[in-house]
Amino acid sequence: MSGIPMVQGLLLSVVLFVLGLVGVLVRRNLIMILMSLEVMLNATGLAFIVAGSRWGEADGQIMFLLILTLAAAEVGVGLGLALQIFRRWHTLDADVLTGMKG
Amino acid sequence: MIELLGWVPLFPLLGFLILVLAGARLSKPQIAWVGVGSVAVSALLVAWLGAEFLNGTLQPYSMVLGTWIAVGDLSVPFGFYLDALSVTMLFVVTGIGFLIHLYAAGFMKDDPGYARFFAYMNLFVAAMLVLVLADNLVLLYLGWEGVGLGSYLLIGFWYEDPNNGYAARKAFVMTRIGDMALLLGMILLFMHLHTFDIQTLMLRAASQWAPGATLPVAAAALLLGGALGKSAQLPLHTWLPDAMAGPTPVSALIHAATMVTAGVYLIARTHALFAMAPPVLDAVAVIGVLTLLMAGCSALAQTDIKRILAYSTISQIGYMFLALGVGAWSSAIFHLMTHAFFKALLFLAAGAVIFCFHHEHNIFRMGGLRRDMPLAFVSFLIGSAALSGLPFTAGYYSKHEILVAVYSVSPGLWMDACLGAIITGIYSFRLVFVVFFGVQPQGVEQRPCWRMSITLALLCLLALVGGMLHIPLDSVFSERFNTEQGFSLVSVFTLAAPFMGLLIAMLFYLHGGFSVEDLIGSGPINQIRMFWFNGWGMDALYDRVVVRPFKAIARVNKNDAVDSVYAAIALLSRGGYALISSTQNGCIRWYATSMALGIVVIIAIGWLS
Repeated sequence: MSGIPMVQGLLLSVVLFVLGLVGVLVRRNLIMILMSLEVMLNATGLAFIVAGSRWGEADGQIMFLLILTLAAAEVGVGLGLALQIFRRWHTLDADVLTGMKG
Repeated sequence: MIELLGWVPLFPLLGFLILVLAGARLSKPQIAWVGVGSVAVSALLVAWLGAEFLNGTLQPYSMVLGTWIAVGDLSVPFGFYLDALSVTMLFVVTGIGFLIHLYAAGFMKDDPGYARFFAYMNLFVAAMLVLVLADNLVLLYLGWEGVGLGSYLLIGFWYEDPNNGYAARKAFVMTRIGDMALLLGMILLFMHLHTFDIQTLMLRAASQWAPGATLPVAAAALLLGGALGKSAQLPLHTWLPDAMAGPTPVSALIHAATMVTAGVYLIARTHALFAMAPPVLDAVAVIGVLTLLMAGCSALAQTDIKRILAYSTISQIGYMFLALGVGAWSSAIFHLMTHAFFKALLFLAAGAVIFCFHHEHNIFRMGGLRRDMPLAFVSFLIGSAALSGLPFTAGYYSKHEILVAVYSVSPGLWMDACLGAIITGIYSFRLVFVVFFGVQPQGVEQRPCWRMSITLALLCLLALVGGMLHIPLDSVFSERFNTEQGFSLVSVFTLAAPFMGLLIAMLFYLHGGFSVEDLIGSGPINQIRMFWFNGWGMDALYDRVVVRPFKAIARVNKNDAVDSVYAAIALLSRGGYALISSTQNGCIRWYATSMALGIVVIIAIGWLS
């Protein structure tokens, strides 16, 4: 079980996280934003797996399972909202949907 | 019986309340009964109490009706204090006050504001009685402001004319300057002597302060400021001639007999303090002399019958201040009393002339009235004789006392005062000769009613024999001058001064030995006349020094410089609001970016520290 080198694993995780964050910040389509969020979540999950394998503990994998569940729930709610938003305003552009402007 | 003293100011106050609350529903005779009656009851009560007091031991009597203010160690009671000084003032205020109310019941009978007039008059009398009876400075100040209010309301009684309102405001503001000084003086006395009770104050001042030290001088100077404003002395005298805008009985009661002498009363009441401040006392004498000369000269040049009398009032109060300044306290109060008699008489007679002669104020449009108005003529003759101090009238005794006392202190001041007496003689008889002799331009309109005639007759009597009244003021004032001086050059000249004035007035105005027109025709003299006519340009001076700069500042500061601080605060918060609310743009990517940047910043801070 000691095949994953720690530094490379964590670097991959950071790269994935930053990619996801950039996706959240630059994409305008709500679906794409949700997908970028998934990438970010999985990047964190990867960090847990790498850490768990480094210390030989099961906690990392348990945390990944928790994150997976959370991501599934989040996507369920997020997609439901996206569906409702599209029905009401006929768009999924995040820059057009500024009804909460103060 | 003396316990009834507390009722004296209460009756006019009750009259005021009745007239204010129910005046609109009462008929004119009812209003007159309430308004005149309330003062009459007070006058009777004062006559009774005063007679009892004067026949007794003359021991000062003080009574406390209740507590007004009690905070910490400060306690101000509704306390009255009766001694020979307050008895004199009570006699003047209620006695002359009653006569003038009676006169006013006739004089004002066609005025729509009958109830309002008597309500104000009663309020004034109540406040004046509180002023003279008060045993502490705070209660005195209440009365002091009360009479100021009464004066303001009555000067502006005919408020439809904006000029009257202006005169009322002028009187109020000018006296207020003095009142401020009085208030500061009271606070200074309280800070150092820890009481407001006048008698205790005088005792403590004498025991704790050295004569001539800074504190008594400062306190006396501040009290003097109050007295100057109220008594229309230099430099706060300019309001009194304009105060003649009020009805004539008001001028007689407030601006001749009672209120304007409140300053004299204040100084006499606190004379122990003034005696400890010789520089202030000298200032009182000098101000008195300057005022009496300036006002006398102004009276020479006036043409309005009431303004002549107003300036002569200022001048006579100048005599009282002079007497106070040389320490002749009882002579000052004596002159105050006799002045109240003859000046009320003169004003009421002038009122009768104005009332019966087409509401004319200019004396040069009158003339020859001695045939049609014999009572007014006799009144004016007696009043003017007393005013200028011809022998055996009331004014003679008091003025003679003052002049003799002044001579024993300072011959220089005595010379000026004698010059003032000559001027007094000229302007009083100028008035008599111009109004009552010569050619009558038109017939009289109406006759004075019985109430006015009775008042004039009674006041004539008082102006004649008032000098014989002897009030034992020695029990209040310790300093004494020997006024019973024998035959000397000084007393001869003092005696002769008013006759010289009378002679000059006769030469110019009665038989025309000299003509005034010749004098006026030459340029410089006419300029002096106009200068005196305008009251030595004091109004113009104040206008230039105070009023106009103030108006200019007000114009510049129309948008309120002080306010701009608060405007800036408002502007800043509005700008901040606009800035921050623009970040709430509803754009979800903007929020996410802000969060990400914020987290980066927080982590960076944690890392670097």
